[in-house]
Amino acid sequence: MQMRYDVLIVGAGHGGAQAALALRQLKFAGSVALLGDEPDPPYERPPLSKEYFSGEKSFERILIRPPTFWPERNIELLLGRRVAAVHPAEHRIALSDGAHLGYGKLIWATGGAPRRLSCSGSNLRGVHSVRTRADADRMLAETIRARNIVVIGGGYIGLEAAAVLAKIGKHVTVLEAMDRVLARVAGEPLSRFYEAEHQAHGVDIRLNAQMDCLIGKDGWVSGVRMADGSILSADMVVVGIGIVPAVEPLATAGAAGVNGVEVDQFCRTSLPDIYAIGDCAIHANPFASTQKIRLESVQNANDQAIIAVKHIMGEPTPYHSVPWFWSNQYDLKLQTIGLNLGYDDIVMRGDPANRSFTLVYLNQGRVIALDCVNSVKDYVQGKALVLVHATPDKSRLSNCEIPLKTLAT
Amino acid sequence: MEIIVTTRTGERVTIAPNGATTFLEVIREAGIDELLALCGGCCSCATSHVHVEEAFLDRLPPIGSDEDDLLDSSEQRCAGSRLSCQVPISDTLDGVSVTIAPED
Repeated sequence: MQMRYDVLIVGAGHGGAQAALALRQLKFAGSVALLGDEPDPPYERPPLSKEYFSGEKSFERILIRPPTFWPERNIELLLGRRVAAVHPAEHRIALSDGAHLGYGKLIWATGGAPRRLSCSGSNLRGVHSVRTRADADRMLAETIRARNIVVIGGGYIGLEAAAVLAKIGKHVTVLEAMDRVLARVAGEPLSRFYEAEHQAHGVDIRLNAQMDCLIGKDGWVSGVRMADGSILSADMVVVGIGIVPAVEPLATAGAAGVNGVEVDQFCRTSLPDIYAIGDCAIHANPFASTQKIRLESVQNANDQAIIAVKHIMGEPTPYHSVPWFWSNQYDLKLQTIGLNLGYDDIVMRGDPANRSFTLVYLNQGRVIALDCVNSVKDYVQGKALVLVHATPDKSRLSNCEIPLKTLAT
Repeated sequence: MEIIVTTRTGERVTIAPNGATTFLEVIREAGIDELLALCGGCCSCATSHVHVEEAFLDRLPPIGSDEDDLLDSSEQRCAGSRLSCQVPISDTLDGVSVTIAPED
């Protein structure tokens, strides 16, 4: 007999877990299943490149809820299972193990898979990405014997991993193809600040780095060959070059979207009774001038889960959450509020030399985002400026003696 | 060792911390599901806000400046406000009463 669930959630990460929690919090009485391709119950991913990777937190302490919680809430966990096909007309999914599951509503919350290097050597042992607990555990086990580690990609994941590895005394080289780290996500002053911080911790940051391939010995990675023929020795390689949204079964079933699945303001896809949330959902974001984007963050996964659930529960509420994000490296707490897409000006508050400062991103004089480094007060007070599209005087904005909350008009 | 937690719906639950290290973990292990704690307890958001019984406030470690600033983002801040992820459990807190702050 084919099992059927009133709500079937595919993907047991932050978004999927929150969708299941929200259904029960809002007193959804029907059956709920949460299906994921990993063996573990839902856990927090951000610590994989931070506190879990550094050993500060055990796996039990990064579980989103204790394992007993899910059955207590009558949420069926279907772990270690993968979707092979979606049949929207029949309200049914097929799993790779041959089983079929029926659904009333389907919430697609699969996130993405780490983007892989396309060059030769990318399948060598010792080449890692950081997306799952298994990834982090494999990397941790090998870290012990590794001396030279090359991180490919100077984005948040790569830099966080570099920070942890440098702190435990590894010789770390970061290869970034662009002319600065964090080039896709942050303004230049932030890039230069983080480059200097990593260099001060002994990390070799190489910008405009053009690699050719990975080279190996006995099946294990031994180095990176650069385009100019030089070779960087490496006992281990960490690849942090973004994700590929895991949407193939939905796309094959006819869902609209390129490099993700398009959703409306209630997180509905173009297929009947199928929602998509989190990293894989392309949506018109009110904080990106309603440009259609994908947003890879805990905030987005969590808040879109609640939007999808409210729609299912007959309380439709359009998605309108201010994006926020954090990254911890060394003793630096970076917090971002808003989205800096399309900024045409940056105002600096404070002095990077003091290791506490804020970048305010403006578009036509309006505040659209803030990057706050060891500057929690600006992060908290800056939210109002983003919400009301404040147009503060730039000289006042740059004066950190003037609290941001007085400029939110 | 007992901690009394009052939920947003007014339910009072008595909990014996079982290996949990912070208020947040105690509250979650008891199956109380009202705290989002989105950043996982690294003091980067303000979604684990509780009100601690005033008589016990001086037995808590002092509030950190980041925690203090984050609490300022809440309309529900009061004298007993703390982020539950930042308050470690200790024997001196036996019998303390904690209320989950209303949603902002």
